[in-house]
Formats: sequence, structure tokens, C-alpha cells
Amino acid sequence: MPVISVRDLVVEYEGRRVLNKLNLDIEAGETMVLLGGSGSGKSTLLRQIIGLERPKSGSVMVKGVDIANCSSSELNKIRRSIGVAFQSAALFNSLTVEDNVALPLREHTALAPSIIDLMVWMKLAVVGLADFGKLHPQALSGGMKKRGAVARALSLDPEILVLDEPSAGLDPIVAAELDELILLLKQTFQMTVVVVTHEMASAFRIADRIAMLYQGSFSSVGTKEEIKTSQNPRVRQFLDRIPEDMAKAPTVSAYFQKYLERKEAFQ
Amino acid sequence: MATVLEDVGKKTIEHLDYVGSLNIQLWSTLRAMKSALPLVGNRYRWQATVRQMLQIGYDALPMVSLMAVCTGFILALQGASELRRFGALHYVIDLVAVGFTRELGPLLTAIAVSGRSGSAFAAEIGTMKVTEELDSLRVMALEPIEFLLAPKYLAALISIPCLTIISNSFGIIAGGLFMFFSTGLAPLLYFRYVLESIALRDVITGLIKSVAFATIIAHVGCLEGFRVRGGPDSVGRSTTSAVVKSTFLVIVADAIFTAVFYFTGAH
Repeated sequence: MPVISVRDLVVEYEGRRVLNKLNLDIEAGETMVLLGGSGSGKSTLLRQIIGLERPKSGSVMVKGVDIANCSSSELNKIRRSIGVAFQSAALFNSLTVEDNVALPLREHTALAPSIIDLMVWMKLAVVGLADFGKLHPQALSGGMKKRGAVARALSLDPEILVLDEPSAGLDPIVAAELDELILLLKQTFQMTVVVVTHEMASAFRIADRIAMLYQGSFSSVGTKEEIKTSQNPRVRQFLDRIPEDMAKAPTVSAYFQKYLERKEAFQ
Repeated sequence: MATVLEDVGKKTIEHLDYVGSLNIQLWSTLRAMKSALPLVGNRYRWQATVRQMLQIGYDALPMVSLMAVCTGFILALQGASELRRFGALHYVIDLVAVGFTRELGPLLTAIAVSGRSGSAFAAEIGTMKVTEELDSLRVMALEPIEFLLAPKYLAALISIPCLTIISNSFGIIAGGLFMFFSTGLAPLLYFRYVLESIALRDVITGLIKSVAFATIIAHVGCLEGFRVRGGPDSVGRSTTSAVVKSTFLVIVADAIFTAVFYFTGAH
């Protein structure tokens, strides 16, 4: 049985359809990368998977529970088995990095403070931030914040790890380090990992399967080899970096031409 | 005409929506308040409550005291300039003592706290919303109402009545200083007259008002934070809105309470 199962999912914002009848199964232990351009609906799908928004229709089943229609206690139980790192890292600025990582442990376990301290140190060591626990997030670089967010997402040893654009805005070296970290986590803890990204190099490095979103629908779902060799025009456009609509280019040129003509006439 | 009716209808619905949201938030907070109580609740929430009490109460102490001293002095001065003409200067004591315990103490304190803490609540929660920290709380199975609002509300319920008592005391002391310097009335005699002029019900009605004002300030401030949409500019707007709305509602509530106490004979 898939760990995450999306069925006929429809999401609308103010009447505008953002996700259109999506179907997707994510198996236990697999790394699924949701790939797509800006505004394609990747983050919206992610927010549905973690139960932050309700769909207009359809369902999202996580570990067999329909998270759009379950009770808040069931939803919270499911959420404790999901670790989420947001695009902006979303670490609490009022807390130190180690307090950020300790927060879920303090709230959801009855562990002694000394055990929590040890677990926090271990999580921070996994992401390479063991020496930075006493700092506040403001004192960290973008890459370190993202790693801190991953450490917090790992604090309750989740079965599912969800990462929203982990390498966005990072330099290639730090982005590659995060990719290696994701691979290491998957190998070590056999987690199910869902990653949203539009970085192709990162996607092909970490994915078992890739689901390509275009305007709220999957244009292609398959292994990374299948995606690489796909002849689907939308996939090819994305992989070969072809601009969206070349037909608009003459219109823009015509606008500038008209502007120059008017300027000359005025002079 | 149709446009005017549409606008009136739209504004009415918006205001009803706001009042409804305030009510829902209030009841949700009351349900979550147990977690913020000492001994029976979550110790981290109680720690947060104590931190909030220091921010709302202790940090506001110099400002509230100074405002009370100035207002007490002004009230005594203005009262004396009129009452002296009728040979009723001793009624200044009643004016200051009754005026502060029933009205000025709770109102001045509420306005000061609304400006300091109401805006701070809106800014804090609004910023957390913009930076996805609220979503972060939810995906960690922590309810923002319980985690953020309950400690703030409990702290306001404890701090604002305490500040009101301090404000009353400083206002009355300022009146005493005026009487000492203008008429040579001995301080001990002044305080004996004060105790004769105010009844316990005056103090209690003032404290009832301050509890209501604490509810308004905490809930309006937090609701404005939760309603932030978009980017940092909307945090600024919500902060301003929190101060304006809570000050307005405090004055309206004060008028209603005063009328109720007057007509029921509590004053």
C-alpha cells in the first residue's frame, strides 16, 4: 500500500483551478521529486500532502488516513510522523537553533531534558550544525538555515520527510551538500522523502521517481531515466530550457518598435 | 444607489465576519487555556505565560505609572481650579480617588497596553505567518491558538488588572502631592479621606473593566496577526489596525460597562 496516495485532487483559489484532478502514489522508502516551473502547483500539492489546506474535491491519504476529512487529533497523529522543512526554513527566530530542534521533542515526548539535549545534538550533527546550536537563526547563512530546518524536521524521527525547494537560492556547492544529506538520510533511516524543486540537477541526483507538474496537472510521472528520455513536449521544454511562449516575443519587439517610432516623431 | 447599498452590505458582512472570528478565537482560546495554567498545564506554556507577563506588565510599569501620575495631577489641578470657586476644594480628593478607581485607571492602562502589547502581538504573529512559522507549528502538530494565544491571553488577564491597581495608586498619590503642595494637607489625612471616598465596589467594577479590556487587547492584537495576508507591508498595516481597533473597542466597552454599572446601581 502506498504511504501517500493522492486521488482526483482538485484545488482552487478564488475560482482559479490550481491543481486539476491529480493522481499520485508514493511508496514507502521512495524519494519522489515533484518537478515543475514556478506556479505549476508543486508547493500547493505539498501543502495538501501535509494537511495545511483542504482540497475542493478529491482526497489525500497519508498512511491510510484521509487527511482532508479526518479529526484534528488524527491529523496531529499523522503530522507527528511527517517532518517538514519549508522553503523559507521557517525556523523560529525567537529560539536558538537547538531550541528549534528540541521543540517537537519537548512538546510531544516525555523524555528527560538530558536525553532531549543529546538527541538535539545528534540531529544537528547529522546536518553538520553541531557547533551552531546556541546561535539564533538570524546568525546563520541561508544554507545553514535550511539544514537547521531539516534537523528540526528529523527531530521526531519521521517516517516521511517533506522538503519544499531545499536548494532554492543556494550556491551549487551548498545545494550539492543538501542533496548528499537527503541521500544519506534516505539510506540511513529508510525514509519516504517528498521533495519539491525546480532544480533539475538536484532532482536527478536524489530522485527514485519524478512527477512533472505543468499548470496543475502531471505531464509525466516516472523514474529519472524515463523522465530523461521522455519525448513529452512539456518535459522536453523543461529539460531543454525552452522559453514558454516564443509567439509573445514579436509582440514585445513590436511594442519597443512603436515606442522608438513615437520617440522619434516627438523629437 | 445600488453601489452604495453594495458597499454598505459588503462592509456589514466584513464587520460581522470580524466579530465572528473574534468570538471563535475567544472560545478556542478559553478551551486551550488549561494548557497555560501552572501545575495542571504544560510547563512550557506556563513559562511562556510568565515571559509574556513580564513583557505586558513589568515592562509597561514605568510608562503606566508616569501616565497615571501626570493624569492624576492634571485631574486634581483642573478639578481644583473649578471647585475652589465654590469653597469645595476637599472634593478634589473624591474626584481623583473615585475617578481613578472607576474609570481612569483601567482606561489609561488599557490604552497604554494596547499601544505597547496589542501592536506587539499583531506584529509577532503577523511576521510568523509571513515567514511560514505558523505553518511550521501546525505541521509539528502544535496549534497556534494553544501555543501562542493562550499564554498571551492568560498573561494579559493577570497583568492588566495588576497594572490597573498600580495606575490607580499612582494617580491617587499624584492627587495627594497636589493637595499637599497646594493646601498643605498631610499625606496620612489625604489617604484617610481617599479610603472614605471610595468603596470596594468602585475598585471591583474597575477591575471587571480591566479584565474585559485585557480580553479585547489580546484577542484583537492576535486576530490582526492571524489575518495578515501577503508580505511584510501587511504586517505593518495589521499592527496599526490592532492598535486602532483595540483602542476603539476599549473605549466602546468602557462606555457600555459604565452605563451598565450606573443603571444597575453598582456605581
